[in-house]
Amino acid sequence: MAKPTDLVQGTLDLLILRTLALQPMHGWGIAQRIRQVSKEVLQVNQGALYPALHRLEQQGWIQAKWGESENNRRAKFYSLTPDGARYLRQEQAQWKRLSLAINHVLETP
Amino acid sequence: MRWHYKVSHRLRSLFHREKAELDLSEELQFHLENQIDEYIAGGMDAQEARHAAFRSLGGVEQVKEECREARKMNLVENFVRDMRLGARMLRRNPGFTVLAILCLTLGIGANAAVFSWVEGILFRPYPRVSHQERLVALSGTAGDEREQTSWPDLLDLQRSCTLCETVFVTSITGATLSIGERAEVTTGSIVSANYFDAIGVQPMLGRGFEPGEDIGRNAHPVVVISYHLWQTRFRGDPEIIGKSQRLDNVVHTIIGVAPERFYGTFVGRVMEFWVPVSMLEVYNAGNNKLEDRGARWAEAYVRLKPGVTRNQAQQEISAIAARLEVAYPATNRGRGIKVWPLWQTPFNHAGELLPVFEIMVVVAMFVLLIVCANVGNLLLVRSFARRHEMTVRLAMGASRGRLLRQLVTEGLLLSTCGAAGGMLVAYWCRHALGLLFPVRGGDVLYLPGEIDGRVLGLSAAVCLVVTLAVGLVPAFQTRHLALAETLKTEASAVMGARGRAWFRSSLVVLQVTLSFILLVGATLLMQSLHKIRTTSPGFSTTRVFDTWIPFVAAGYDAPSAKTFQDELIERIRALPGVEAASYARVVPLGYESYSSAPIAVDGYEPQPGEQPTAEYNEVSPDYFVTMGIPLVSGREFTRADDENAARVAVVNQTMVARYWRGQNPIGQRVQVKGDWLKVVGVVKDSKYYSMDETPRPFFYVPLRQYFAMEPAIHIRTTQPLETIQPALLREVHALDPNLALYEMITLEEQVNRSTSQQLVAVALVALFGGLALVLASIGLYGVMSCTVSQSTRELGLRMALGAGTSNVLGLVLSRGLLLTTTGIMVGIVLALLLTRLLGNLLYQVSPRDPLAFAAAFWVMALASTAACFLPAWRATRTDPIRALRAE
Repeated sequence: MAKPTDLVQGTLDLLILRTLALQPMHGWGIAQRIRQVSKEVLQVNQGALYPALHRLEQQGWIQAKWGESENNRRAKFYSLTPDGARYLRQEQAQWKRLSLAINHVLETP
Repeated sequence: MRWHYKVSHRLRSLFHREKAELDLSEELQFHLENQIDEYIAGGMDAQEARHAAFRSLGGVEQVKEECREARKMNLVENFVRDMRLGARMLRRNPGFTVLAILCLTLGIGANAAVFSWVEGILFRPYPRVSHQERLVALSGTAGDEREQTSWPDLLDLQRSCTLCETVFVTSITGATLSIGERAEVTTGSIVSANYFDAIGVQPMLGRGFEPGEDIGRNAHPVVVISYHLWQTRFRGDPEIIGKSQRLDNVVHTIIGVAPERFYGTFVGRVMEFWVPVSMLEVYNAGNNKLEDRGARWAEAYVRLKPGVTRNQAQQEISAIAARLEVAYPATNRGRGIKVWPLWQTPFNHAGELLPVFEIMVVVAMFVLLIVCANVGNLLLVRSFARRHEMTVRLAMGASRGRLLRQLVTEGLLLSTCGAAGGMLVAYWCRHALGLLFPVRGGDVLYLPGEIDGRVLGLSAAVCLVVTLAVGLVPAFQTRHLALAETLKTEASAVMGARGRAWFRSSLVVLQVTLSFILLVGATLLMQSLHKIRTTSPGFSTTRVFDTWIPFVAAGYDAPSAKTFQDELIERIRALPGVEAASYARVVPLGYESYSSAPIAVDGYEPQPGEQPTAEYNEVSPDYFVTMGIPLVSGREFTRADDENAARVAVVNQTMVARYWRGQNPIGQRVQVKGDWLKVVGVVKDSKYYSMDETPRPFFYVPLRQYFAMEPAIHIRTTQPLETIQPALLREVHALDPNLALYEMITLEEQVNRSTSQQLVAVALVALFGGLALVLASIGLYGVMSCTVSQSTRELGLRMALGAGTSNVLGLVLSRGLLLTTTGIMVGIVLALLLTRLLGNLLYQVSPRDPLAFAAAFWVMALASTAACFLPAWRATRTDPIRALRAE
């Protein structure tokens, strides 16, 4: 298995917000989901995931609620707040610009 | 949106630490369990899966710590830290802190006290009465004149007013209350039967009045007594209901006891009993006014329906009054009914206190401004000492916003302490106003402050404004903090240098200006009070005493009262030291109204539309001698001017000037209420209702020809009160042991009581003016000492170059006096504009009186010289060697 790519901090926030935009989810689910969608390329550092979630909650972009998980355990579900959704849109656009620019630089002979 | 998530989340993390911790553990536990499940599914055994799961998380405790850390980026926690830091800074400078908090306490306290008075006396004057915001007072109007309202008119109003919830009547009255051997005059109200229901107060014992109880002449001798009366005179007797009590010699049944802290509905007085209007005749000297539309005696209030404005109510009530004018032209022509807000209630003390409070609000604001400038200045001086700290923090990367927050937090700490102290001051002062009014014999004068939600809210707002003002002043200074320069050196200031000092100086100028204005105001009011108290009222004050005897209450009728009065006056005249004695229905400058009537004068053609009216007093022979009102021509009344003689009158000079154009009126005639009166004398003008009234036409008629049952007794004597009062009482009791004597006072006392409103204004403005002066002096002192200590080097240099003590003294003093003079100049300009506000309170003093301005100028100049002198003297003690070496 190839060494999973480390994530820089800002990117993790972006991925979390994007994942939560689909549906409310608990921390474990978020990690799984990112791994699956990225076809096992992006491995979320679990030690960094929870501090990131708490920080996002602190900033008011996501909110948490206790609920029941698929396997009937009590789990903390995070969901996107309207502010968070706005922030996500902003950051997505920013990311697209950035990656386009990097691609452009890399592919220009 | 976002702040809502943020705030609730942050509060949760602040106040539910334990809960947050549990949540965190549980959240991570869930993660670990899922991970273990996954590993087991991948083929590990349980033990191995557990270890792997913990490893993959990278240490549960570390993650927890990081999560906690993430939560801590917290405004509230920052705030708490700022508070702690601020508190530590304040503790380290106790002198500064105490001074600042003291100033703020005075400033905020002054405002809170004034607010609480305004609330408790003008806006919500009646404790326990519900919905006072919907209460308005009613008065009758006749042209520009204000009068009371009549009972039939009010009944019609009650019937046809759609915007009024209820109309109720209360009329202040006195009554002789006899319990056992003791007879005492107490104050109470004659009220409509709906009174207690209308104001939403239920008696704590027994019942209020029933609807039928205001109908029928003297049909319902029932009384509700006050809690105070119940406690003091009936010793809290629990069986009191149903007992009988004599009031004005009529047996009443006590049907109820009003709850504690209910004082009735008359600003300034405490009511001790309430009787229904059907008993009016008992209290109003034998006149049944309930069926007389022309008898205007009632003091009425209206509770408006919710949402109805005063204007709407006035329109409807005016329309009703207009209908009454048409229906009853004989009594109602030219009469209207006017609606007043509670704070302008025409028939109690509210109206006369309103102008005082208007001034007080402005004055309290001035004091607050001075306080802000002062504390701001103190903080500024300190921030100068702290600029090194600030600069270092800036250099270390603290944002200016963060520093600003720190400074505002410190301001908040100070002003919160000040506000807490201020509320205490207001609480202590809430009854202070009553103390400024002389106690009226037997009556409890009650002018309470009320500290309720609105007062607290307003004070909190003041505190917030102060915080910003005080906190932002030093922040303004840090704005120009130049990093490098400040870090390099403690730059020394030069005397009179511009720049950093100008801001502080302008604060001082502001303080001087404001206190100067207050001083001018205080001086003007003092002059006015002095004028009022030294102006002759037109009668002698010192050796004349007045009092009265409640005859009606003792069961006298007109013939027996006449006999009694004649016998008594002879006995009084025979007393040692008595020079003259007489009766008059009304005592000048008292509460009672004079009789008033339309008049016709021989040889005087009224202008079209003019209805000459004049007021008059019913007086007995010797009245003018007793009172010391000089007779200009003609004669006094004599005993011959009785019921059987021709009707006569004595007129005053203003009346002569107006109706006889200055010609001698003796022998001319005046028509009053259908009778022709022959003028037999002219007397000088005197004051009738108040000391600051303008001369008005006035005349006198013989008491015997216009008999009143309960005239006041006036006695001119060489004896002091302590001798004459018992002597009089002895004579009265010799004639009838059942009679009580009302409070006996000199006419001087009467004058003083009638000017107590001015006294309150003077006392308060002078108090605040003095306060302002002290604060401004402290401010000036602070700035000057700071300037001196910052320019030690320059002073040392000057002295080394040969400047003498006097030069240095002059230098510092002149700088301080420059500030003062600037402040005074601005103050003069502003005071010239502002003192007009005092207009109504000033008596024969121009708001621009140069004497007041000069006095204020000298006081201010002296105070500021004193304030500057100490720093200046310290400057002369500068040791040039040390000052220069210190560099």
